[in-house]
Amino acid sequence: MMNNGFWSMGGYGRYVWPCFAFAFLVLGWNLWSARRHLDAARLRARRELQMAGIDP
Amino acid sequence: MNVGVLAAFNLIVRRELCLSFRRPDQLLQPLVFFLIVTTLFPLGLNLQLSLLRDMSPGVLWVAALLSSLLSLDALFKSDADDGTLEQLALCGQGLTLIVVAKTLAHWLVTGAALVVFSPLVGVALGIPQSAFGTMMLSLGLGTLTLSWLGAIGAGLTVGARRGNVLLSLIVLPLAMPLLIFGAGATDRAISGTNAVGPLYFLAALCVFTCTLAPFAATAALRITLE
Amino acid sequence: MWTWFYKLASPPYVYGVAAALVPWALGGAALALCYGLIAGLAIAPPDYQQGEAFRMIYVHVPSALLSLTVYTVMAAASAVALIWRIKVGHAVASAAAPIGASFTILALFTGSLWGRPMWGTYWAWDPRLTSELILLFLYVGVMSLRSAFEDPSRGDRAAALLATVGIVNVPIVHFSVVWWNSLHQGATIVKLGAPSMPGSMLWPLLSMWLGFMLFFAAVLCIRLQGEVLNRERQSTWVRQAVKS
Repeated sequence: MMNNGFWSMGGYGRYVWPCFAFAFLVLGWNLWSARRHLDAARLRARRELQMAGIDP
Repeated sequence: MNVGVLAAFNLIVRRELCLSFRRPDQLLQPLVFFLIVTTLFPLGLNLQLSLLRDMSPGVLWVAALLSSLLSLDALFKSDADDGTLEQLALCGQGLTLIVVAKTLAHWLVTGAALVVFSPLVGVALGIPQSAFGTMMLSLGLGTLTLSWLGAIGAGLTVGARRGNVLLSLIVLPLAMPLLIFGAGATDRAISGTNAVGPLYFLAALCVFTCTLAPFAATAALRITLE
Repeated sequence: MWTWFYKLASPPYVYGVAAALVPWALGGAALALCYGLIAGLAIAPPDYQQGEAFRMIYVHVPSALLSLTVYTVMAAASAVALIWRIKVGHAVASAAAPIGASFTILALFTGSLWGRPMWGTYWAWDPRLTSELILLFLYVGVMSLRSAFEDPSRGDRAAALLATVGIVNVPIVHFSVVWWNSLHQGATIVKLGAPSMPGSMLWPLLSMWLGFMLFFAAVLCIRLQGEVLNRERQSTWVRQAVKS
């Protein structure tokens, strides 16, 4: 399966593979960014609770 | 004193016109901007008049869009700043009526003025006189639609930071179909073919916007006034 | 059934449901995307017109469909939040916006790479491409408007109104290939009647679409938790939620 034809995609390889690579990047960014957003939100909530004297 | 709806409408339109004419230099600024921007293109591109004619619909329309945007920021801002807007909202005539009156008055002093001014710019860009009718009609419909889109944008951005830049960011994507059809109509008129198709589209966009935008703009203002 | 809808207006309930959904949605997405990629790249036969280049469909079409779907979700949540004053709607809209924008960029990029070998150009000012670009500007406008206010709830409501107004662009993007002479090809899946594609090519595409949808659901749920926390920081249920 991993022969020459697969990677060159009938000559269109230099269009097809960057497409899939960019798609992979976008999906990865979405996951990473969402995770970071949630962690920041949790941190902010904990800090506010601590400042109010309530220990979570 | 019980003021009827039509009387209230007239009152507000006359108030807006009065305020605008009190500062004639503010009134002329968008028109001068219109002229300057259209001058920039031939200067920057160094084209002969015949080649310029091909680009002229696009140049004319982009300049009209940008100069309309400049004046939209002031639609609600000064009234919001000194509290008049709240008073108008509370006066019992309904905020929608106020919004319609203010937007129409704004169009009269900016969009309509642009339409009247456009033959001058048309001559500068090499547009043939036969195309002037279509050009002015398309600009008239387009600037009216733009005033309404701008009213929504202005209502949303009254209390925002960097409101005028944000206003452009919001209004310009919504105004892109206007540009396409307006420039298309003028382009067809210049080349002599029938411009009725794009003009119908422009008219449809205008009617659609004029009927729905007042409610959106009123809702936007209510968000600001709350 | 309506009690479930009422529960959805409650931030702690939504927070809990979102947290629970994430692993299932991610797992489903992984399965669907794996099958779609393998079948699409290796098993589906090459197109008789476009050869191997047609395989870009497996990322371009799902991302384009998602860019429209996410906007619709964002606009619907915004409308619900504005009309019934349900604050969770603002959280959903706020979470959906960056995801939708990223899918729109992906659709434009993959479409551009596909256009180069097929049409000879990376870009054309044709109705489908232009309206999709306008969609990107609308996403950016909504996100900018939300962050432009000192008072976050005012920013939420202003952004919600803009998102609702901008929904007119979604049918324009979809029907642009029908209403105007477009370089872009017509609809193959989302239309009335049978899809105009053979099964061996269609199933991987449907699987990729499903995978992208489930992925969107997963990422939305993660972001939604953060958005709900940010808006409800003052509430008592948050104490339990951030205990760890």
